Parts: sequence; C-alpha cells; structure tokens
Amino acid sequence: MRREQTYAVWQGQVRMRVLSKGSGPAVVFFHGPWGLTWDPFLDELARSFTVFAPEHPGTTPDAADDIYHLDGLWDLVLCYDELLEALGLESAAFVGHSFGAMVACEVAAAYPQRAHHLTLIAPVGFWRDSDPVVNWMVLDPDRLPAHIFGDPDGDAARRIFGPSEPQDAVTAARVRLMWAMGATGKFIWPIPDKGLKKRIHRVKAPTLLVWGKEDRLVPSIYADEFVRRIPGAQVQSVDHCGHAPHLEQPDTVARMVREFFRS
Amino acid sequence: MKISAFHLMPHRELPDDFEKRYHSVWVTPPWWELADARRVGQYYNWTLDELLYAARAGFDGVCTNEHHQNAYGFMPSPNLMGSVLAKLTNGTNVAIVQMGATLPTSNPPIRVAEEYAMLDCISGGRLVAGLPLGSPMDVNLCYGITPMEHRERYREAFALTLKAWQAREIFAWNGRYYQLANVNLWPRPIQEPHPPVWVPGSGSISTFDFAVENDVCYCFLSYSGARSARTMMQGYWQVVSEKGRDANPYRAGFLQLVAVAETDARAEEKYAQHVEYFYHKCLHVPAIWFSPPGNQDYRSLVAAVANPVRRAENPKGLRYRDFVEKGYVIAGSPATVRDRLREEVIQGLRVGNLMVLLQIGSMPHELTLENIDLFAREVLPHLRDAWDDGGWVNHWWPERLRASATPRVVAGVSTSQA
Repeated sequence: MRREQTYAVWQGQVRMRVLSKGSGPAVVFFHGPWGLTWDPFLDELARSFTVFAPEHPGTTPDAADDIYHLDGLWDLVLCYDELLEALGLESAAFVGHSFGAMVACEVAAAYPQRAHHLTLIAPVGFWRDSDPVVNWMVLDPDRLPAHIFGDPDGDAARRIFGPSEPQDAVTAARVRLMWAMGATGKFIWPIPDKGLKKRIHRVKAPTLLVWGKEDRLVPSIYADEFVRRIPGAQVQSVDHCGHAPHLEQPDTVARMVREFFRS
Repeated sequence: MKISAFHLMPHRELPDDFEKRYHSVWVTPPWWELADARRVGQYYNWTLDELLYAARAGFDGVCTNEHHQNAYGFMPSPNLMGSVLAKLTNGTNVAIVQMGATLPTSNPPIRVAEEYAMLDCISGGRLVAGLPLGSPMDVNLCYGITPMEHRERYREAFALTLKAWQAREIFAWNGRYYQLANVNLWPRPIQEPHPPVWVPGSGSISTFDFAVENDVCYCFLSYSGARSARTMMQGYWQVVSEKGRDANPYRAGFLQLVAVAETDARAEEKYAQHVEYFYHKCLHVPAIWFSPPGNQDYRSLVAAVANPVRRAENPKGLRYRDFVEKGYVIAGSPATVRDRLREEVIQGLRVGNLMVLLQIGSMPHELTLENIDLFAREVLPHLRDAWDDGGWVNHWWPERLRASATPRVVAGVSTSQA
C-alpha cells in the first residue's frame, strides 16, 4: 500500500510531500522536471525496496509558493538534507531522473555519507557546446511528449501529461506541468551546468548511469562526463526510449537498478 | 488627454517568406542572413527622424522601448535613442517617454535610475519614466534571467530605483538579488520627488495589483486592439476601485496601432501590406515564449491556463480588413480614426495617456511621415480635450508639461542620414 506524508523543512517554510511504498532497504527517488507521478517503475522498485519519492519544493499541492523560499542550489541541497533527516534516513540508495538526477548527485556530493548507491537516469548537470542540452522550458508544451518519449502516444506519456479530457482535468494537468517545470527550472536556467563539475569528485557512492538510446533532450554522450569523474561508474543503455527510460521501459530499468543496488 | 508617438524600430524589409522559413522573429532570427548593419543604421535614423517629426508636429510625447535579439523592434538601449530625442526637443513641450529601460536586465538596476536622471537633466524635466518588467523573450531567453526570478528581481529593482532617486542620505541596499553598500545617485532627476512612473503590462493580474499599489500609470500594451482589451482593462479599473484609488483616467495608458489616410479606401491601399507584415512577420514568436514556465506566478498561471487571453485567434490567419474590423488597427479617414479612438479606446477603456504606433512593420519612411502628419493635423487636436470636463489632473505626466498643448511648430522637417 502506498503511503504519503508531508514534511515541513526550512524552518517550516517548505512543505514537501513524500510518497512511499514497499519494505526493505531505503531508496529515495528524485523526480524530473515534469513533477512526480507514481508510476509502474516505482511500483516495481517497491517490490524489493522501501521507496521514498519526495516532491520537489513548490510541486506539492497547495504549497506552490514555497519555492520562493529557496534562492539557489545550495538552499535546495540543504533542504534535501533536512528532509532525509526528517525521514530518518542516514544513508539510502538514490535514484534520480533528469533534473532530479542532478539534484541526487549534488546531494551525494555534498553529503557523501547520505548515498550508498546512486542511479542517475539521463541526468543533466554538464554542458558541451558541441552537444547542447535542449531547454524543454521553451518548447511548445503540446509537443513535449514527442521530445521526451520514444513513443509520444504511449501510456508513459499519458501518465505525465494527463488525460485529453475532460477540460478540468486537462487544465489541472497543464498547470501542474508548467509549474513543475518552472519550479525545477529555477535551479538550471538557462544552462543546466551549475557547478556540479567542481563538486562531483566528492561522490563516494558506486554509480550507475541509465540512458535511453533515443534521448532527444540530453544526448547520451553526457554519460562520459559522469564516467570520467566518478571512479567505476557504469553505463546502461535502454532501447526504444527517449529521455524517460524508466517510464517507457519500467521493468527493464527497475531490473537494472535492482541488480545494481544488490551488487 | 496626452497623446504620444510610439516607435518599435522594426526591421522594415524582411523577406516575403520570413515566417515560413524562420522559427521566430525574436531570439533566434539569423542576423547575417536577414540584416545589414549599414541598412540598419538607416532604420535607426529614420526612427529618430520620425519621432522628431512627431514631436514637431504636435504630439505630447515620444516613446521608445527596449527589446533584444529580434527583428520586431530592436532598440536594445532605449536611452541612447531617448538621449538624442531629449537633446533635439529642448525648447519644446514634448515629453520623453521611455517605455523603457528594463530593470531586470540592467545590472545593477540603478543604472536605469542613473540614465533616467541624466535624461531628465538633459531634457529639463520632461522625462516619463517607464519601468517595464521586460518581455520573457528579452529577459529570460536573451538575457538569461531565470523565469521564476523575473518578477521578484523586477520588484526589488523597482523599489531600489524609487529610493535611489529620492533618498537624501547615502544608503546601503541589502537585497535578495542586489547588494550595494553605497547608493548615492549622481545625477538626480530634476522632477521631484521623482519623474512620473509608467508600468507597461500585458494583462497579468499581478501587474494590476503592483501598479495600483504603487500608484503608477498602468499601460496596457496590446496588439489586439481595444475590443479585446476591454475585459482586461475592466479588471484593472476594478482593482483601482478595490484598493481605494480614484478613477482618474490618467492612471491608464494604452497603445494602439493607427493608420490615417484621406479616406477609408485610401487607407487600405496605402497601409494593408504593412499591417499584414506587422502581424504576420513581426509577431512571429512561439506562444510558449510569452510565458515560459515559472514566469507567471501560480495564481496568474492558473488564471491563464483556465482562460487564456492568448487563446485569441492566430493573427496569421487574418488579413487587413480583419485587423481593422476587430480594432487591432484603427485605420481609415481622419473621421473614422478619431471616432473609433474616442469611442473604443479613450472612453471604452478609460484611457488618459494614449500611445499610438504610426510606423507599422514595413511602412516606409515617407509614408510614415504622412501618417504622422495626418494624425497630428486631423485627429490629435480633436481628442485632446477628451477628459477636460472631469477636472482630472494627470499626475503621471511631467508637471511643467501638464497644462500645455504642444504647438505644432514645423511640418515636413526631416533630417536624413548623413
């Protein structure tokens, strides 16, 4: 059964809802720029682990303006430290996607003892002039699925972008999507290189990188940036998916994560 | 009533297939394919000549504005233009309306306070200080400001600017975005306590609140005309009332595209292609760039998604007659233009500070002068007394210019590029 609890960190000013499920060793999931949706990938992980999935500040319902209490990445990393403290997790395995993978990596660099394993799914955090990361915040929202997913009409896309009717649900989904992009984009605009290269050497956790072979937003060449900075980091590629392989191939990616965490 | 001539300084010669070949007129149009610096120098000089012509023809003010990386209107520094205009209009009663330098893209923002003070000094106290938030294309996409910080930076910079103009003592500004240990502006503006402030907006409800709370003139800059602005401006006047301010029509400004000719039919012959150029090419921007995620606060986002203003029809599907019929452009004979301006804009929206855009898109220099001249002779004098009966004072106009109707000094003077 899935549980949820909201934690107020940052002197009570930032409320973060945490969805959790499963039992066993703790896994913390850091969602990407389109907000948290509980999905089959998390269900699959919850069969082996206790999954904690916090909502990025500002994306918890009725707490939109909390995001204005954080001025930058340093504040955000400290917020996560407070949240992990509140969850009673001295050390856990981290899984992050896209923007969330960058945050997971930053937290693991700031507090190496907090992460004993790290899985980064299509992370941002670096920049190469020759392979620019696409700024999804300036793309037509109606065309985002085609940029994110190998199959823009599949279930995975629908889960993130919501139903096509009724109108109320469409409106709510659009607000949620836009606000999630704004609240996460606050920490990566206009180029998602905010100094991780100066800090990533502090990461001690064994690290797995997972990349969709058809990623049209963050080219898989960026795996090299992580591999040459994190000793022993492994890379797994996933067929038939774009920037969200864990949503398009949940079983495959969950198996990779599970095997890696147990290794 | 105060009526000012507004200018965008657009590229006037984009290729016919521009909107099909290129992604956007803003941010990404390739300079090397589309423009030539010598020709652009001519555009700047035409722009200055047209505004000076308007100043001499009897307009109350001349307006410039700031935009970046685009062919729609590219005065990256409006104060360079304003400085020329201030100098060359000395001895007249024309206001220098800067609409204006953008605070969040000026770092530190007291640069705007300094330059405006310079303009006020040069012009002898004729400055209207427009303090725009700046478009997301300019501020977020071109100048790299995080969308979610855009409005917060603006508000902080706004407060800093007002204080910097007025403070009698040197002060320290320990802000969230700006820290300055010794703020001591040189020069200060002539106008006291500070030049009149206009805040342009595009209908965001949070800007209504801001404008009314700060008791500034709110200027709705729309290209969809007065009819579609009516609901928006009613919203503004409601906020004015709710917050206990008077219904002084000079609290409101509005920008209207106007094209005047001898008859309605002649207006179509002379202006149709330029109006279509403007709407089809100069506004060719992806919709999402007007409000990238985080740029609107949550309340405005919810309102916009539930009831999008910009869900309005795509102007690319409209032609000249549609634009005129819908009021996007008020065009026709002097009688048509003055009737529609009075009814739809001045009375309909309750506007005391009217701005008119008379150089539209590809409109060439000579035709622009004709438009300015006809407007100044046949339209403007008939509108000037629109609010005289109410006894309202235009607190948002330079004090020494409030009473004066600018005499029409010279017509037909144009200094072309050397």
